[in-house]
Amino acid sequence: MTRHILNASRISAGYGDTVILDGLDLDLLPGRITVIVGANACGKSTLLRVMSRLLKPRAGQVLLDGTSIHRIPSRRLAQVLGLLPQSPIAPEGITVADLVSRGRYPHQGLLSRWSARDDEAVAAALEVTHTFDLADRPVDELSGGQRQRVWIAMALAQETGLLLLDEPTTFLDINHQIEVLDLLTDLNRTRGTTIMMVLHDLNLAARYADHLVAMAGGRIHAAGPPEAILTEANIRAVFGLESRVITDPTSGRPIMLPIGRHRMI
Amino acid sequence: MPPMTARSLSALRRARVIERSNRVRLLALIAVLAGVAVISALSVAIGTREVGLSDILAAFAGRIENTDQAAVAARLPRTVLGLLAGAALGLAGAVMQGVTRNPLADPGILGVNMGASLAVVIGVAWFGIATAQAYIWTAILGAGVAAVFVYAIGSMGRGGATPLKLALAGAASSVAFAALVIAIVLPRNDIAGGIRLWQIGGIGGATFARTVEVVPVLIAGFVLCLLSARRLNALALGDDLAAGLGESVAFARAFAALGAVLLCGATTAICGPIGFLGLVVPHLCRLLVGVDHRWLLPFSALTGAGLLLGADVIGRIIARPAELDVGIVTAFVGAPFFIWVLRHQRVREL
Ligand SMILES: Nc1ncnc2c1ncn2[C@@H]1O[C@H](COP(=O)(O)OP(=O)(O)OP(=O)(O)O)[C@@H](O)[C@H]1O
Ligand SMILES: [Mg+2]
Repeated sequence: MTRHILNASRISAGYGDTVILDGLDLDLLPGRITVIVGANACGKSTLLRVMSRLLKPRAGQVLLDGTSIHRIPSRRLAQVLGLLPQSPIAPEGITVADLVSRGRYPHQGLLSRWSARDDEAVAAALEVTHTFDLADRPVDELSGGQRQRVWIAMALAQETGLLLLDEPTTFLDINHQIEVLDLLTDLNRTRGTTIMMVLHDLNLAARYADHLVAMAGGRIHAAGPPEAILTEANIRAVFGLESRVITDPTSGRPIMLPIGRHRMI
Repeated sequence: MPPMTARSLSALRRARVIERSNRVRLLALIAVLAGVAVISALSVAIGTREVGLSDILAAFAGRIENTDQAAVAARLPRTVLGLLAGAALGLAGAVMQGVTRNPLADPGILGVNMGASLAVVIGVAWFGIATAQAYIWTAILGAGVAAVFVYAIGSMGRGGATPLKLALAGAASSVAFAALVIAIVLPRNDIAGGIRLWQIGGIGGATFARTVEVVPVLIAGFVLCLLSARRLNALALGDDLAAGLGESVAFARAFAALGAVLLCGATTAICGPIGFLGLVVPHLCRLLVGVDHRWLLPFSALTGAGLLLGADVIGRIIARPAELDVGIVTAFVGAPFFIWVLRHQRVREL
């Protein structure tokens, strides 16, 4: 898979009269995993929407391999850049197999028929997300976690070199959270997929990110390798929370332990 | 990643799942086709006047020598028009539900049919339109304006065009349009009779000559609607995902809606407003073939054709020796169904 370069420069964006993002720069490292963290409503989803062309920025531009994404035909873009929004909706009664198959949409034209290639892609996506046994179940009868894995399967079936995911681990139990993040890491390692995702769990973010981006108030507060970003000072600045940061003996990455007001020894 | 063999194996398993559901759909298709054929036969055989088989066959062969044969000959264009109008309304309903992602969408409820009616009434009352072509284009214009108007009102405020707001906007506009129709027609004795008959919605007066005039518009509408099946599948995932999959959301909406407006306008122009069919048919078809629009749209057209003609046949029987117009029958059957949808379906975006 060819590596694509996606970067945003001097982005200002918002809704109506309110400005959410204010002159923000972000380069996704090709072939790496970038994780965005930040407080609720700081503009993470908005940034993801701008980077995936769902929201047109007021100023600045997003470039894919040097071309403004607004100048790339939609279908062409969708073959390269996949997207999983924060709360996608499934049509009532749709089956898992049907939903995941819709990930192949940009690879088919009005005339090109469903091919063995499409079958393989869908089957592989079902396989790696452990949703194969759900294939003929209606999506709205699944548990939140099963459903989330189905959505990820759909994004995988799209087979894009760039994958943008907004909180892909919400609703998942800890085992499935790890499994999804491991799966995305597999994808990144074996296919070189460039991944950008929003995560709320700082420890998982630090563990799985190659590049950790901490946002606050519509700007990037700090960005870099997790060891440099997940610090007590940054957590205080971004979340207004006191914490201790120690090193995870398993991964060697930093982990944070929040300090609340109660239950102290 | 699993090894290659496991992948191909699972591809095969998935293909089987799809194949199985396609077989079910194929059976459903055969059943619906058979149903339409039977209803068409009944529509030719049954009327306010009872006619023997030999006269029916004679009329088919083009011989019209007695009143029985003449009655049957009149039922032929009526049957054809019923099938066309039913297919158009069923398909338009399915497309509108897809475009608005709204289970309550229907050309009647969204005010599109009433808009078409109002335009025709205005045309007749003040611009003296009389030809079939003028009726058709006036109705299409009215349907289009009403669709845009209702959608604009329904998407005002927070949250955009939610199902409830759209249905309310449509119902309110529909009532307003209907009131305007009455206000225009009441003082005009010269046109009141004809308009009132047309207003109820019927296919009783069908002739081949009049039906043919509307066929080109219907064909254009059918083609636009059926071509938007894939796009509607993308839209069903929400605007964000549809765009993420490479669909131009606004264009897809406009393209499909234009098709639906052509169908509604043309149908209203020759039959008057016929309600509820566009609401009922897609829901029935979803039960039969699921949510894939590539199946749902053709099925809605077929089922719509069968149901409208069936309603027309019922209208001929229950009020013998008089006839009940098809618009009244569909309203009687459709209104309870509407309530059922409200009560039993979670009314959310499709
Ligand atoms: N469609 C919208 N219209 C108007 N305002 C919006 C819209 N979407 C988001 N906002 C506002 O923009 C701001 C940033 O929202 P955004 O969704 O980007 O936050 P976030 O960082 O993703 O938060 P969370 O962690 O809760 O998902 C918020 O104040 C939100 O209210
Ligand atoms: Mg968010």
